[in-house]
Amino acid sequence: MTPEEIQACLAAKFGDAVGPLQPANKDPWVEVKPAALPEVCAFLKADERLRFDCLMNLSAVDWPKQNQIHVVYHLFSYARRHGFILKAKLDRAAPTIPTVEPVWKSADWLEREQFDLLGVQFEGHPDLRRIMMPDDWVGNPLRKDYAEQPQYHQISTTRESPLDGFIRLDEMKKRAAAKAAEEAAKAAPAPAPAASSAATATGAEAPAPKKELPQ
Amino acid sequence: MQGWIDSLIRGWGQDPATWPWTQIVYVAFMGLFAFIVINFAAITAGIFSWAERRVAARMQSRVGPNRVGPGGFLQWVADAVKLLTKEDLVPAEADNFLFRIAPYFMMVGFACVFVALPFSHRLVIADMNIGIFFILAVTALIVVGIIMSGWSSNSKWSLFGAIRSAAQIISYEIPAGMALMIPVLLAGTLSTQGIIRAQGGWPWQWFVFDNPATFAAFFIYFISALAEGNRTPFDLPEAESELVSGYNTEYSGMRFSYFFLVEWGNMWVMSALASTMFLGGWQIPGVSAAQLDAMTGGRAVAFELLSLAIFAGKTLFWVFVVMWLRWTLPRIRVDQMMNMCWKYLVPVSFAAVIFVAGWMLVVRAAPAVGTVTHWIMFLAAGVLPAAFFINRVARNIHDTGDKFDFTSNW
Amino acid sequence: MTEPRRAPESPTMEMTSNKEVLRRIEYTGDMLLNMGPQHPSTHGVINFLVQTDGEVMKRAIPEVGYLHRSIEKIGEKCTYNGFMPYTDRVDYIAAMFANQGWAMAVERLLGVEVPKRAEYCRVIACELNRIASHLISAGTMAMDVGAVTPFPYALREREFINDLLEELCGARLTYNYLRIGGVAFDLPEGYADKVITFVDHFEKILVEFNRLITNNEIFVQRLAGLAAIPREMAIDYCLVGPNLRASGVPFDVRKDLPYSIYPELQFEVPVGRGEMGAVGDAWDRFSVRIAEMKQSCRILRQCIAQIPKGETMAKVPRKIKFTEGLEAYSRIESARGDMQYYVVAGGGENAYRVKVRTGSFTAMGIIDVLSRGLMIADLVALIASLDVVAPEIDR
Repeated sequence: MTPEEIQACLAAKFGDAVGPLQPANKDPWVEVKPAALPEVCAFLKADERLRFDCLMNLSAVDWPKQNQIHVVYHLFSYARRHGFILKAKLDRAAPTIPTVEPVWKSADWLEREQFDLLGVQFEGHPDLRRIMMPDDWVGNPLRKDYAEQPQYHQISTTRESPLDGFIRLDEMKKRAAAKAAEEAAKAAPAPAPAASSAATATGAEAPAPKKELPQ
Repeated sequence: MQGWIDSLIRGWGQDPATWPWTQIVYVAFMGLFAFIVINFAAITAGIFSWAERRVAARMQSRVGPNRVGPGGFLQWVADAVKLLTKEDLVPAEADNFLFRIAPYFMMVGFACVFVALPFSHRLVIADMNIGIFFILAVTALIVVGIIMSGWSSNSKWSLFGAIRSAAQIISYEIPAGMALMIPVLLAGTLSTQGIIRAQGGWPWQWFVFDNPATFAAFFIYFISALAEGNRTPFDLPEAESELVSGYNTEYSGMRFSYFFLVEWGNMWVMSALASTMFLGGWQIPGVSAAQLDAMTGGRAVAFELLSLAIFAGKTLFWVFVVMWLRWTLPRIRVDQMMNMCWKYLVPVSFAAVIFVAGWMLVVRAAPAVGTVTHWIMFLAAGVLPAAFFINRVARNIHDTGDKFDFTSNW
Repeated sequence: MTEPRRAPESPTMEMTSNKEVLRRIEYTGDMLLNMGPQHPSTHGVINFLVQTDGEVMKRAIPEVGYLHRSIEKIGEKCTYNGFMPYTDRVDYIAAMFANQGWAMAVERLLGVEVPKRAEYCRVIACELNRIASHLISAGTMAMDVGAVTPFPYALREREFINDLLEELCGARLTYNYLRIGGVAFDLPEGYADKVITFVDHFEKILVEFNRLITNNEIFVQRLAGLAAIPREMAIDYCLVGPNLRASGVPFDVRKDLPYSIYPELQFEVPVGRGEMGAVGDAWDRFSVRIAEMKQSCRILRQCIAQIPKGETMAKVPRKIKFTEGLEAYSRIESARGDMQYYVVAGGGENAYRVKVRTGSFTAMGIIDVLSRGLMIADLVALIASLDVVAPEIDR
């Protein structure tokens, strides 16, 4: 079935709870009201025409500008070989949505991941705990306003750049040349008449600073 | 060897029965023999460790250790020195005393076996009249060492290894013991030398081809010996992919090396026992034991060495087979291991013992039956499988080739 | 051992944290075994909290995240082209597919058509990589079951593939070969001959490999009927790729949702038939991979025969930019199954959100249910048969 037909099926059954088909670039999606999600999903799985037997992907996108978090469900039907995309828009301050774990078992870990990384609360999930991050980690890393805690169990989460203190080779040569020129300029006033010889002297000294390369 | 020492004392002009120093000389020689045996055991184990790595490497299209000494032969010395100089760690939570003592139990159980193992016609430390019984008894010490090491390590992986090993070794003692009883029945003696003397030099005179039951008993013994020696497919107690390293997980340094010394040395023990009990031991084809007894002088020494070579050759072949199996087969699961022992090997071994007892009555009544069976068994169970095996190997090599060289056009 | 060894039941627990899991196991009086994160057979840094009663497990709870590098977050910070090398790290055993998934997702956003020759280069590289990945999988599985020799055999063949891919793109593990709109390098001179030489050689080796391990009696006894996943369960838990096909679902993205040049190629989709035990058991998962390697050889032969001349890069703007909120979704058949990239474009040169859905992640989710009633030795075989790769789980 095409996405249009699937949307028509859903609209006929659920009315306002299911939004119109939104043509994104390639993959059209429909918006679902969070409260209606479990029934919509159960219908999608059970209906003989639709038979969405697999939740392929579950992702959440943080939109601070709209103060929303979108939860995106990519569904696929092995029986009918068609796919569909649902989106639910949640309030960013309290992102809560009913779980679809009873419908598709694969939602178990997929929801745990989004809970961990974006802090979406999946109500009714049997085992909602962090999956990627440690239990006592603070914050949800994929939120747009996430700021890393400076320390975790006295381990610094930042490190100094290993490149600090290192100077590029051409930069170093330039500095060495400038230094040599400066010294030559200091030395120059005494034998003032021989300006040309001082210039040759700096030329001869220029390769010498190479020895000062940092280890 | 007591007779030889007695004759030595007589050579010094003393009578061993009345000379007061006799016991001291006995003790001195016991010390000397113990030294030789332990060194023999340790050095064979070391050499096997190198051999196994080379054999495995050849089977896996690798090179293996080839840097230390010719062909890497001295690798085992380097490894031994490395292990001896490593720190001897004892985990903080371990039972210190048991943890330290466990490897020695294994060493003792393993080294004592060599007392009764024959090497050639005359070369055996003690030709005891209870030789086989002694060997079975002292081998049981090894399992004590394994359980001690596993329990005292205070690690769950070690404990798993120890428990598996207890279940495995004790279960497989039964079929192994029953299978070894069959040559004992046929020879009428528990002495290892006596059993070899009861066989002949030619393959059809060996006990393995004596009758169908002995043929089965040989494989029952061999499988059980693999299990008792913790060799693949029975390496459950030290299954590295499941139990990290099993009972020796927490060991390091010299104590760790003892476990492996015992494991590799055990290959000699199981193979030597197999060739003693079933494969004619040191018997030289065409020369009977009585003729060997009668020989004197240089001729005796030459034939002694020949018999030693024959015995070592048979043993080393089976050592190679053990390695070969290890690098070919997967490991079986615990329940399958137990099934195999109690549902198949134990009943078959009991049946074989009863069959052989009846068979001996038949052969006593009609000796010709025995001779004919030898020949039939030799052809049907020895020559035919060997021919089939060679055929299969030739086909495999023909199909895919034996070596690959991609360096030329790559 | 022909029947499935346990009936799956639904996992129910109300545990809030991993510490809670540990505490509850200890209350029950069973042994708690921490398998991993440093264990020889967990295929990377994964921890299993194994609740056992002797050798028999009550359950094994997978504990992932040790390799979490937040590749999705990195994707939000990089340009579209700049993210390509990072995708290699999603799955280091089959990096070419991770490249391809990302390239296809961005190409869908751009609406770029990739030149034919580039598509062929991609497929050649990917199928070589698929063979390499399946070889690792089969070799490590044999090793976890206790047979050591198949592993060096498999690695020896993989070495030839590494050489081939090194010649193609200069790297042996993290290829970074694909570009958005094409591939980085054309096939080197004489490459076709080398691929054909390898395929000729490899097809013979596959026969030998089957003789060595696939049909080995002990191996079959260990794996037949082990942790059989019924068809519905496999779909419900969203198993993908060889794991799904072993359960009897003839679905392959290359065949059913064709992309790239796969519609032009002839190949079969091997499906588990339960020859040794139940459908979807560990042996089926193993043998499906072996059969897939054979099909990959077929594909390679056809690609080498059909490859056209031409460009290897489409015209792609130097700076890739989209309007904010555009999104695309790509599905490819990776060595570990259906790999999906969900990309939401940001306003600038970066993606706004990247989601990588990998086969190993959902495969790990099923282990808890499957492990009930198995033995410890079986857990090792089960993990290996699902062919999970730790960085692909954690990303």
